Amino acid sequence: MNNIVLLPVLIPFIAGTLLILFRNYPKAQRVASAVVVLILLISAVHLLYTVYQGGILTIELGNWSAPFGIVLVADLFSTLMVLLTAIVGVTCLFFAFQTLAKEREKFFFYPFYFFLLTGVNGSFLTGDLFNLFVFFEVMLISSFILIVFGGSKYQLRESYKYVVINIFASGLFLIAIAYIYSLTGTLNMAHIAVQIAELEQQGVVNVAAILLLIVFSIKGGLFPLYFWLPNSYFGPPAAIAALFGGLLTKVGIYAIIRSFTLIFVHDISFTHNIILMVAGLTMFFGVLGAVAQFDFKRILSFHIISQVGYMVMGLGLFTPLALAGAIYYIAHHIVVKAALFLFAGATQKITGTTDLKKMSGLLKTHPALAWLFFIAAVSLAGIPPLSGFFSKFALILSGVEEGRYLIVAVALLVGILTLFSMMKIFIYVFWGAPSLQKQDYAHIKLMPLLMPIIPLIVLTISMGLFAEPIFVFSETVANQLLDPSIYIDSVLGE
Amino acid sequence: MKTNFLMFHTITRIVSFIVLSFSIYLFFAGHNAPGGGFIGGLMMAGALILLYVSFDIDKIKKVIPFDYTTIIGWGLLIAILTGLNSLLFGDAFLTQYFEYYQVPIMGEVELTTALPFDLGIYMVVVAVALLTILSIAEDVS
Amino acid sequence: MEILMIFTSGIIIAVATYLFLTRSLLRVVFGVVMLSHGVHLLILTLSGLQTGAPPLLTENADAYTDPLPQAVILTAIVISFGMTAFLLVLAYRTYQDHGTDDLEELRGNADE
Repeated sequence: MNNIVLLPVLIPFIAGTLLILFRNYPKAQRVASAVVVLILLISAVHLLYTVYQGGILTIELGNWSAPFGIVLVADLFSTLMVLLTAIVGVTCLFFAFQTLAKEREKFFFYPFYFFLLTGVNGSFLTGDLFNLFVFFEVMLISSFILIVFGGSKYQLRESYKYVVINIFASGLFLIAIAYIYSLTGTLNMAHIAVQIAELEQQGVVNVAAILLLIVFSIKGGLFPLYFWLPNSYFGPPAAIAALFGGLLTKVGIYAIIRSFTLIFVHDISFTHNIILMVAGLTMFFGVLGAVAQFDFKRILSFHIISQVGYMVMGLGLFTPLALAGAIYYIAHHIVVKAALFLFAGATQKITGTTDLKKMSGLLKTHPALAWLFFIAAVSLAGIPPLSGFFSKFALILSGVEEGRYLIVAVALLVGILTLFSMMKIFIYVFWGAPSLQKQDYAHIKLMPLLMPIIPLIVLTISMGLFAEPIFVFSETVANQLLDPSIYIDSVLGE
Repeated sequence: MKTNFLMFHTITRIVSFIVLSFSIYLFFAGHNAPGGGFIGGLMMAGALILLYVSFDIDKIKKVIPFDYTTIIGWGLLIAILTGLNSLLFGDAFLTQYFEYYQVPIMGEVELTTALPFDLGIYMVVVAVALLTILSIAEDVS
Repeated sequence: MEILMIFTSGIIIAVATYLFLTRSLLRVVFGVVMLSHGVHLLILTLSGLQTGAPPLLTENADAYTDPLPQAVILTAIVISFGMTAFLLVLAYRTYQDHGTDDLEELRGNADE
C-alpha cells in the first residue's frame, strides 16, 4: 500500500478538525499548527523523493480498483506542486503569527487554513475528475471563509462577487463532467484519456475540452475571466493574500496543464492554439492593469494574472522545453509571489497603508526590508541570475524555436512592463524622504516580520544559482507529462 | 402582544417526534437501502428547526445545550478516524469492513465500518444546518 | 424522454442565468440554487436515463441502473447545500453592513 500518497491530504485535514475542537486555546492552536505544517513539509519532501526515486505512486481508496474507485496519483508534477504548497503554507502561517490580530484567531483561522491546504493538496494528487471537483470545493469553501476574514465592508462586498463567480464556475465544471461522463462512461482521468483517444467524434470532445478550459480559466484567472481576481485579493490580510496569490490560481493552472497534457491531446492544433492566444492576451492585459495601479497589493494581484499567462504559454507551445520552462516558472512564481505579498503585509504593518503615494523613504529606515524586496522584485521581473530569468528564458527560447514570434514579442514586452511596475513600487515605497517619524515605527520589530520571508528569498536566489539541476528536473517532469502512457499505465496497471 | 400558539405547539410536539424517529430510521437504513447520514441528518435538523420555530429559541437552547461547532468537529473526527482505522490493517484509506452478527431480539444484524462514518456525517449535517439557520435567526439588529 | 429532460434542465439553467444577472443579493442566491438543480438534472440525463433495479446486493434483477451518476449527484447536492448555506449567511451579512441588497449600489469605485 502506498498510503504515504495520502499524507499531504490527511495531515492538514485531521489537524483542521482537531483545531476546531480546541478553538478556545489560541496558544495551543499556534503551537499545534506550527508543528503540523512542519510535518506536512517533511511528508511532502519525503513524497517527492520517493516518487523521484521509484516512479509514480498510486493509491486506490477503499480498495476499489482503478477505473471504478477513486485513485490518488502522485507523479512528479503533482508532488512538486504539493511540495511548493507546503513551503508557502509554512511561511504564510509563520507570517500570520506575527501579523494577525489576536481576537481574530478565535474565528477559525487555523482550521480553515488547514482545510484550504487539504483542498489544494487533494486537487494536486487526485486522479479522478469528480474528485478533483470535490477537492476544488473544499479549497473554495475554505478560501471563501478566509477571504471574508475580518469582515470589513469592502471584504464582504468583494467576497460576495468572488463566491458567486466561483460557484458559477463549479456549476460549469459539473456540466463538463456530465459531458465527459456521457462520452466516455468513466470519471477516472487515466481511463478518460484512454477512452477519448479511441473516440471518433472530435467535435464533441472539443466542446468538453473548451468547457473545462473555461472553468479552469475562471479559477486560474485567465483572460477574459480574471476580472474577479484583483479586487478580491486586495481585501484579506497579507498572510492570507500571500497564500491565495501564491497557490489558488496555480491550482487552476495545474488542472489546465494536467487535463491538456493527459486527456485532451487529440486535437492539439485547435485546443493548444486557443490556449496560446489566451496566454498572450492574459499576459498583456494583466500587466497593463498592474502598470495602471498605485496600490501595493493591487499591483501584485494584477501581476498574478500576467504571470499566469507565462505558465499557460508554456502549455500552449507544447514542446518539452516550453513545458519544462512553464513548470520552472510555476515553482519560481509561487515562491516569489508569496514573498512579495508578505512584503506588502510587512510594509503595511510598518506604514499602515498599501497606497504607494502615501509611503516613501523606507530605504533609509528599514534597509533590510528594502533590499530583500529588491531581490524579490527583480526576480519577478526576470533579471539574471535569479530564478525568474531562467524560466522565462526557456519559454522564450522555445517560442523562438517554434517560430511563434508574436507570443515571444508579447512575453518580452510584458517582462519590461513587469520590471517597470516593480521599480515603481520600489521608487515610491523605498526612495525619497522618510515619511515616518522614529516613534511611529519604533515599536514594530522588523526581524519577526522578515523571518518567514527570508527562506523564500533564499529559495529564489538558489533556484537561480542552481538553475542547471532544477532545469534538468523540470525537464524530467515535462517529459513525464508529455508521455501520458506513463501516467495511464501506472493508474490502470497495464 | 402575547399570542397563543396552542395548535402549533401541540402538533409540533407530536410531529417532531415522528420526524426524529424517521430520521433515525433513515440513518440506519442507509447502508443497503435509500437513506444515510446526510438525509437523516437533514431530517433531524428539520425536526429541531420545527422546535425552534414553534417554541422560543431561548427556551429550546436550554433544552438542547450543545455547541454545534463542537459537534461539527467531533463528527468530522469520527468520520476520519473510521477511514484511518483501515490503515491499521494495512489496507487503503477508507476500506470498508463488515461482518454479520447474531444479536438478541433483532436477529442477524450486519455491522459495518460504514456506520460510524455515517454517524460522523450525520452529526456534521445536523450541526451545519442548524448553525446556518440559527446564526441568521438569532441576529436581532 | 432524454430530450424532454435536457430541455427541462436547459430551462432551469436559463432561469438561473436570469437570476444571476438580477440586482438583488437574494435572487443571486436563488440563482445558485437553480443552477445546481439544473446541473444535477443534466448529469442524470447525460449519463442515460436507465430503467432497472437499484444496484444493490440484495436485488436479483436482469438490469441494474448505473450507480455512479447517482453517487456523483448526491455528492454534488451535499456540496451545493454547504455552498448555499454559506452564501446565504454572507449575503445577509453584506446586506446588514451595507444597508442595501442592490448589487448596483455595491459596485464600489476604482480608487478605494
